[in-house]
Amino acid sequence: MSYLEYRVQTVPTGLRKILHLNWALVLLLTAVASIGFLMLYSVAGGSLHPWAEPQMKRFAIGMAGMFVIAMVPVYIWRNLAAVAYAGSVLLLVAVELFGTTGMGAQRWIDLGFMRLQPSEVMKITLVMFLAAYYNWLDIRKVSHIFWVLVPVVIILLPTFLVLKQPDLGTAILLVAGGGIVMFAAGVHWAYFAAVIAAGVGLVTAVLKSRGTEWQLIKDYQFRRIDTFLDPDTDPLGAGYHITQSKIALGSGGMTGRGFMQGTQSRLNFLPEKHTDFIFTTLAEEFGFAGASSLLMLYALIIVFCLASAMTNKDRFASLMTIGIAATFFLFFAVNMSMVMGMAPVVGVPLPLVSYGGSAMLVLLAAFGLVQSAHVHRPRDRS
Amino acid sequence: MVGFMGLLAGRMRYMQVDQAEEFRLLAEENRINIRLIPPARGLIFDRTGTPIAENTQNYRIVIVREDAGDLDLTFAKLRELVPLSDADVERAMREVRRRSPFVPVTIADQLAWEDVAEVAVNAPALPGVTPEVGLTRHYPLTDDFAHVVGYVGPVSDYDLSKLENPDPLLQIPKFQIGKVGLEAKREDVLRGSAGTKRIEVNAGGRVMRELSRQEGKKGADLQLTLDHGLQNFVQARLVGESAASVVMDVRTGDVLAIASAPSFDPNLFVRGISVKDYRRLTEDDHRPLADKSVQGTYPPGSTFKIVTALAAHEAGVVTAGETIYCPGYKQLGSRRFHCWKRGGHGWIDLHDSLMRSCDVYYYELAERVGIDKISEMARKLGIGVKHDLPMSAVAEGIAPTKAWKQASYGESWRVGDSLNASIGQGFVLASPLHLAVMTARVATGEGIRPRLIKSIDAVEQPVLTDGPLGISPTTLRQVRKAMYSVSNSRRGTAYRSRLLPEELKLAGKTGTSQVRSVVVDNKAVPWEQRDHALFVCFAPYDNPQIAVSVVVEHGGGGSSAAAPVARDIVARALHGDLPPLDIFPSGERDKIAEKWDSMPLRREGNTPGRSDRA
Repeated sequence: MSYLEYRVQTVPTGLRKILHLNWALVLLLTAVASIGFLMLYSVAGGSLHPWAEPQMKRFAIGMAGMFVIAMVPVYIWRNLAAVAYAGSVLLLVAVELFGTTGMGAQRWIDLGFMRLQPSEVMKITLVMFLAAYYNWLDIRKVSHIFWVLVPVVIILLPTFLVLKQPDLGTAILLVAGGGIVMFAAGVHWAYFAAVIAAGVGLVTAVLKSRGTEWQLIKDYQFRRIDTFLDPDTDPLGAGYHITQSKIALGSGGMTGRGFMQGTQSRLNFLPEKHTDFIFTTLAEEFGFAGASSLLMLYALIIVFCLASAMTNKDRFASLMTIGIAATFFLFFAVNMSMVMGMAPVVGVPLPLVSYGGSAMLVLLAAFGLVQSAHVHRPRDRS
Repeated sequence: MVGFMGLLAGRMRYMQVDQAEEFRLLAEENRINIRLIPPARGLIFDRTGTPIAENTQNYRIVIVREDAGDLDLTFAKLRELVPLSDADVERAMREVRRRSPFVPVTIADQLAWEDVAEVAVNAPALPGVTPEVGLTRHYPLTDDFAHVVGYVGPVSDYDLSKLENPDPLLQIPKFQIGKVGLEAKREDVLRGSAGTKRIEVNAGGRVMRELSRQEGKKGADLQLTLDHGLQNFVQARLVGESAASVVMDVRTGDVLAIASAPSFDPNLFVRGISVKDYRRLTEDDHRPLADKSVQGTYPPGSTFKIVTALAAHEAGVVTAGETIYCPGYKQLGSRRFHCWKRGGHGWIDLHDSLMRSCDVYYYELAERVGIDKISEMARKLGIGVKHDLPMSAVAEGIAPTKAWKQASYGESWRVGDSLNASIGQGFVLASPLHLAVMTARVATGEGIRPRLIKSIDAVEQPVLTDGPLGISPTTLRQVRKAMYSVSNSRRGTAYRSRLLPEELKLAGKTGTSQVRSVVVDNKAVPWEQRDHALFVCFAPYDNPQIAVSVVVEHGGGGSSAAAPVARDIVARALHGDLPPLDIFPSGERDKIAEKWDSMPLRREGNTPGRSDRA
């Protein structure tokens, strides 16, 4: 679609755009973030410090950012997509060269006021760029082998950079997120079947490479896989995270132990209780009721995004919304699987709930893009 | 996506609803620990209620490695505040490295309050270091009761290895148990039983709060028959000697004082004695660590003549008025058994022979009555019997018989052995406790048994007796009368150590037991070759209340070295306090006054506090 089309249709302008925001989505995001504040308050032992308050501030900043992004016409974002992608890749290279090492991985660039994780930004810019790519590409060439290889390169370039940090969780999210956008764009299913088959082959190769000269992933990653496969073999070592996490989650029961009554988190049995494992605190203190409510809120967010995407005739906006929804889905799906012992510990935060600046800001910015797509969607004249 | 979310929800339900019980149990196990609460050890008092062994606050500092960060830095800072030796630091460092990072390790024990306060104030600069307070044993009367009460110490691997089924309390590091003396013998009642507390711990093992507590049972308090004032006097009176003394109440068998000199400070052992101090105690030729009052056995010398006299007269082989001629020796085959008086005592009867301690008279009696009768009488009077006192290594002593010699030496008994035994030499061995019991039984005619514990947790312990001795009152009276003369007749061997007032008259018997077989001038030989000096007595003569035995190792003669000690003890015991000098013969007063001034007596209200940390 061209710029002209927007002019002829009744796209809201000026402050009227605010009325056309997807307000249900705003409410859902706020509800999820509020659960996060509550849990951060609880794991700090009933204190706004050191986590809940900074998290609230970031949420406020992120929300403001979301509104600003939402006001900007979506075609501007489409035109910026390639630049954003290139910028993100450059940032990943920069973090490789100058980044700060934390938790054994090189992930941050210290900007002074906050620590930026380029890999977080990458998740969104990749989706944007892919959406822009398929918007540009003639829909009949979508399954052509050459035009399939281009996005594959687009996806794999940042993935390799992220793997080098090393950050397995983000790498998985990038590949899966990009894949979903490609699938939504209509790439023939046979390619996916081939990739999945290759993936299985790769996993096998990775596992076989252990201990050899050309070992493909780091020892700690192998240990995490071992731990995932059988956490009880080393309950105080590498399996500790999983075991304690499962105990916390399971001991919550139907209705939980009550707000701030979770013994596992309050007594520090839970590792990373304010970041990756915050879901276990929620599950321990509010039980199945609380945990499934959060899952429900997440599901609603996805539903609203998909609904918005389905009704949007702008191909870029639609694909980008689907991609962001998919990335969001992957976030919580991987995180929850991880803490429930269904997936290895890969270090993916629970979106909007886990303590962390980059993820929060990037996700809200992404939802700003979704809102922009929603506000500026092409409308019929009637 | 929908399918995957369903999967997540299903997994959630499975874990949180179906398996919830199991996980909740695991969570409880995670956080709850059960710890033992050590009970307070029973206290020990003397008969007047004065504490002999008490529990005092013990301040110590502990370190937790995981909180401490840089150990070297922390120790360096700590040493600026608290006096720590290099050895302390090294030991603590080793311990800290060996244990899990969250286990508290004691850096220093038995600290002064000021030091602990210093650490508490500086806590922010000393991460992982915390002051703690516990209970530790303390003996306020220091040296006085070291031998009888003994001491406690931290339980050792050796202690544990001796026990079939050790009390879980003993697994508590540094838990104090009785090592020696009464503390060890009555560990059963003194220890008490452990309480438990359920505590919540966090992942680091740190105690967050106490959930519930079940108090243990405090150990039972013991009240002893000992009198701390008298004990102190006796101990002080023996200072400078290697000696022992036992004071008994003849009516109840209550041991009023039981002293062994030199003594030591039991508090040293509670803290863990230094090598230097320990070497000082073990290398002393006066053997401070040995309890001579019950462990030490000595040939009783002439004090044993009481036994021989009673045995012979009860057997009817001699009568009280019968005289025997003492030419200064008794010929037995080719051997000549000498009397201590080379010139002989001439014709002599029971009374004079005891008063003047003629040896030949008793050689004759022994030849007539035989060793087995003497031995039987000795046992009746409590010699050669293991008395049931809750003290360490209570000796049985030896009252030899023919069968005993055959069994022990594989040789048959000779008449000469009887002669030696009759005057308390040769095979006969008795401890000061034996001699005190003997004297008490002679004074009363009752088979009274010594008693050390008056009450346990205010429950009075029974006075035990073997019943009347079955010795004719006439014979006993004659022996007692002779003992009276020993102390009160001008010709008595202990005449100089008499007391003047009628109500303090004592009746005694001196003894000198040879360390070597050849008699020489005691002053001319080295200390360790001199004779042992012994004295036994009861008082007052006409209404016996106490019996006293004194043994001064290598003291020389019983009359010169032991009798004055016993006299002073009797005077102190019956008077109830330091007696006035006018009860002593005028010629002795200056010497006694001088002695008392030099004695390290504990003044009332001046009990020494805890000495400085060694």
